[in-house]
Amino acid sequence: MILLLKRICREPMGLLGLVLVVLISLSALLASVIAPHDPIALNIVDRLQGPSANYILGTDQLGRDLFSRVLYGGQVALKVALISIALALSIGVLLGMLAGFGPSWLDNLIMLFFDTIRSFPTVMFALATVALVGPSLSTVIVVIVITSIPNYGRVIRTQTLTIKNNEFIQAERVMGASLGRILWVHVLPNVMGPLMILASMDIPTVVALEAGLSFLGMGVKPPTPSWGSILNDGYTLIRNTPWPIIAGSLPLVLITLGFTFLGESLRDLIDPKLRKSL
Amino acid sequence: MLLYITKRLLLGVVIVILAVTVLFVMIHLVPGDPARILLGPRATTEMIATMSSRMGLDQPLPIQILKFFGNLFRGDLGMDVITKRPVAEIVFGQLPFTLWLIFTAITFAALIGIPLGCYSALHRNTLIDRITGILSIACITAPAFVVALFSLLIFAVWLQWFPAVGAGERGNFGDQVAHIVLPAFAIGLSWIGYLARLVRASMLEVMGENHIRTARAYGLPERVVVFRYALKLAVLPTVTVIGVGMGFLLSAALFTEIVFARPGIGKLIYDSIITRNYPVVMGSVLVSTILFVASTTISDLINAWLDPRIRASL
Repeated sequence: MILLLKRICREPMGLLGLVLVVLISLSALLASVIAPHDPIALNIVDRLQGPSANYILGTDQLGRDLFSRVLYGGQVALKVALISIALALSIGVLLGMLAGFGPSWLDNLIMLFFDTIRSFPTVMFALATVALVGPSLSTVIVVIVITSIPNYGRVIRTQTLTIKNNEFIQAERVMGASLGRILWVHVLPNVMGPLMILASMDIPTVVALEAGLSFLGMGVKPPTPSWGSILNDGYTLIRNTPWPIIAGSLPLVLITLGFTFLGESLRDLIDPKLRKSL
Repeated sequence: MLLYITKRLLLGVVIVILAVTVLFVMIHLVPGDPARILLGPRATTEMIATMSSRMGLDQPLPIQILKFFGNLFRGDLGMDVITKRPVAEIVFGQLPFTLWLIFTAITFAALIGIPLGCYSALHRNTLIDRITGILSIACITAPAFVVALFSLLIFAVWLQWFPAVGAGERGNFGDQVAHIVLPAFAIGLSWIGYLARLVRASMLEVMGENHIRTARAYGLPERVVVFRYALKLAVLPTVTVIGVGMGFLLSAALFTEIVFARPGIGKLIYDSIITRNYPVVMGSVLVSTILFVASTTISDLINAWLDPRIRASL
């Protein structure tokens, strides 16, 4: 692990990615310590201000400090990204291994399920769900989980299929190992590497999706700060002040760049073969 | 090949049917009566009952789904309960705007991205190649709605080079072109990076192949080798990528249509969801799903035609 970190730091892109990711994660985690103001406290007197010593990124139409809102918005983004990717990963791994190892009718059924999910454009599926269930953070998480399961499931299935016919798996079977043991002890460690890279490269997509849904008013409820809702404020105020748009997009762009750079250099270091397939 | 085509088309149809069924079940499972939500708290029971029957919600779920597909075969997507216009008319009135937008965005991205990738591959590991590589990643990761917001801010609000709202006057071609520039840029930007990387990778692969070496050995000029023999092959993967990327394109179009208040299927879905106009939601989601499934099917078929190994896998 430390060796890996050292090797990432040797590449300029990997180092930049790592620094960005650590910086933004820390600023979100320590939001309550760093933030100079309360992110939801109204202060109408100071509304729509540009950057100043007191308000680093200016204020919005209700006089809320944009810098503090950006810091707290990071908490929402990271929470959604981590929870939904962890859930999607676990379900995807399970279904993928079942499809790869199970009987062919089960394989076909699971693949049909994957294909159906992938046939909805993600945002439209998200909008339809939110329209029916109502906007909330958990709805966003559920939508992201459902739409990302096929990505992981497919990779796992393909990997499982290639491992399945290896001699050491057949040997295990002959020795009478249970299916659960074969999957858990022998298949899982073999498919974990590419999966982790895939997951780390998925984080930007998920963060952008959360921001996008909050931008449409379908994610977090006001007054909770999210990068997307800050951008939505900026959109309605676009003719008055550019600062909410700048404040909302800056962390979004930085974190997507950070995770992408990090994911790319991780992939090149761990598994150069993936370079072509991704 | 014929067997593969049949299987793949059947799969496409099954997926569309499943998708619609899922949507129906979701509408059905939601707590609260859609008709009641649409009419608001002051509606009488009678009004709700009339609205339910007009939306077809008073029948059992399987009947609703069967009826929907029955009508679908006759090209009938139902009736918009608010304006009382046929849903098909509304959806197909908006669809051309989205298709033009996507088409313009992809053409724009291809015109810049493909030459960029080609140049990078031919001048591998030079400074320009490195810069293009990093810029490509930056372009790919920028979410479409953020690009849309910034282009709106810079080019429409500050510089006032382009109009900010709508799709332009009907029949006035120049005006329509002016209105499509910024939205197409917002959707196309990430595709520039994507196509540049893709073409660079496949170009590098093709340039190492035997037929290129043979072409060079014949003493053909480098220009002919690159354009007539290498690039022609290297561009092929982009066709399939665009087909599979239709979902991303539709999603990006939805955001840009909302940011630029531009008519189109994405804005239609968003507006009908906000007003809880379920027949229009169903119709527009169905049409965009069909569009998506059709384009992935076509790109799969092209792939299978090019690479016989794929045919065996279905």
